[in-house]
Amino acid sequence: MSPEEIHMSTAIMSLTNQRIERSPGHTATIYLKEARYEFLKNLRLRMYTASVLSFPIMFYVLFGLVLNAKESLAGTRVPTYLIATYGTFGVMGASLFGTAAGLASDRGLGWLQVKRASPMPPFAYFVAKVITSMIFSTIIVLALFTLGIVLGGVRMPVAEFAKLLGTLTVGALPFSAMGLALGYFTGPNSAPATINLIYLPMSFCSGLWVPFMFLPKIVRQIALALPPYHLSQLALGIVGAGRNESNATHWEVLAAFTMICLGVARIGFQRDQEKMYG
Amino acid sequence: MIATLEQPRRTAMVSPQHVVASLEGVNKNYGDVRALRGVDFAVRAGEVVALLGPNGAGKTTAVKLLLGLLQPTAGKARVFGGDPTNPENRMLTGAMLQVGRVPETLRVREHIDLFSSYYENPMPLAEVLAAAGLEKLTDRKFGDLSGGQRQRVLFALAICGNPDLLFLDEPTVGLDVEARRTLWDEIRRMVDRGKTVLLTTHYLQEADALADRVAVINQGEIIAQGTPAEIKAKTAGKRIRCITSLSLDFVRQIPGVTGVKEDREAIEIHGVEAEPIVRELLARDARLAGLEVTSAGLEEAFLALTQDNGQNGNQFN
Repeated sequence: MSPEEIHMSTAIMSLTNQRIERSPGHTATIYLKEARYEFLKNLRLRMYTASVLSFPIMFYVLFGLVLNAKESLAGTRVPTYLIATYGTFGVMGASLFGTAAGLASDRGLGWLQVKRASPMPPFAYFVAKVITSMIFSTIIVLALFTLGIVLGGVRMPVAEFAKLLGTLTVGALPFSAMGLALGYFTGPNSAPATINLIYLPMSFCSGLWVPFMFLPKIVRQIALALPPYHLSQLALGIVGAGRNESNATHWEVLAAFTMICLGVARIGFQRDQEKMYG
Repeated sequence: MIATLEQPRRTAMVSPQHVVASLEGVNKNYGDVRALRGVDFAVRAGEVVALLGPNGAGKTTAVKLLLGLLQPTAGKARVFGGDPTNPENRMLTGAMLQVGRVPETLRVREHIDLFSSYYENPMPLAEVLAAAGLEKLTDRKFGDLSGGQRQRVLFALAICGNPDLLFLDEPTVGLDVEARRTLWDEIRRMVDRGKTVLLTTHYLQEADALADRVAVINQGEIIAQGTPAEIKAKTAGKRIRCITSLSLDFVRQIPGVTGVKEDREAIEIHGVEAEPIVRELLARDARLAGLEVTSAGLEEAFLALTQDNGQNGNQFN
């Protein structure tokens, strides 16, 4: 072999060596365990459950069941309407805090390096965070439903219920992507404050706290550019309180937003990589 | 002057065993900071090697290069003959790094279960728990553990995959004497099972207790290598204290002097042998007073080795 050939074959070897050969069963086990422990970790984190789970539920009980239970909004009873909006609010919080806060802390305080020094498949770490966000999103929406059905007289066909739950759970994806991007560009101490700084104004402007039609005109125009607005409109459309905009547009905006956030997260990932490898 | 040892008799110590991890002419810069300078260093199969040096000497950088978490600015890091970033190598290595925060709400057993799952042939949980002395803490959450217990969990994560090569970065930092000795016993048990170990430490005593071979590193350079006995023989000199009008610079250039520092009204001199130095001092300064000669302790010997030619004086303790 000529030196070039030897060089080539080493290059090919190092390329093919980039993955560890594992059986599909073993790989699945790793992904499952990673997700399971990520879920348990957050579930036991009072900081996480207290803010992420209790706020949307508390708001729903107060504004949807105690105060305005007999009222209607856009032809839909308030307890039903608010499942869609506080559901969106809950999904967004669970996803942002679940991904960004954990990632920023793991990156900043050395834990991610310990994991990277191990043979963990790198992707498993991120997938675990996204799956955990989706599970918490489902829990929040189911809690709102249960309260609505038992205390607010909410009734809807099973198919509609399934569609609403499915839409909101899938809605965890864009915000998990946003969380990954934030997690790469914030530090362990600044992450929670940064998340709140984005999460709370975005929720307000998207009509998740004050129903959309009561918002000032300028805010309503801003809302059109905000991902939570589009997710909440998809959810409201299912319970018959949408603004008759195109669902396809809502999905497209959310998909584009997800891609942009993943792109930003990728830049952060590579920047970290270069910092380590540079 | 800095003591430079001849190459240790490695071949006699560990017969023709092969190198499993090495740094070859490695430089590593962080911006303008030169963390490692021309480091040549090898770990052979079955050996326990200690990288000994003060904080900021470049020990952690060396370990991270060998773990593929950093890339050298120049030179080559190799593990099992290949690139340390090769994921296959990670199956054969375990690492204990210094971590700011470990997920605190997971239990000891859960942390080990997850890390074990990454490996092809992990050790059984009971064995890991026994080897790391965690049997009674299995169901404890990480956040409820003491400093020593936390170090033992990190140690357990390093060994749970049953790796051939272990990297332990300051495994006993911040531990009290008892916890340190417990962890030493655990490391020795791993060595008895035939593991190769590279550990970093800033305690000569720790290197002495565990290592077959010690490499002393300071300011990014390896300044001495040898068996713990060789390092001690080379460094365990005498400490001379006296009140003199001689300048520090003058004393420093007396043959055999390895370090000089001011100590209140007196000066403290470290040297290989006391007699020639004392003879010279007395010859040069007839009014010299308060002369004391003592044997340097291990830590002082190490200090003499790593002192930057006396220029920075006594900068670490």
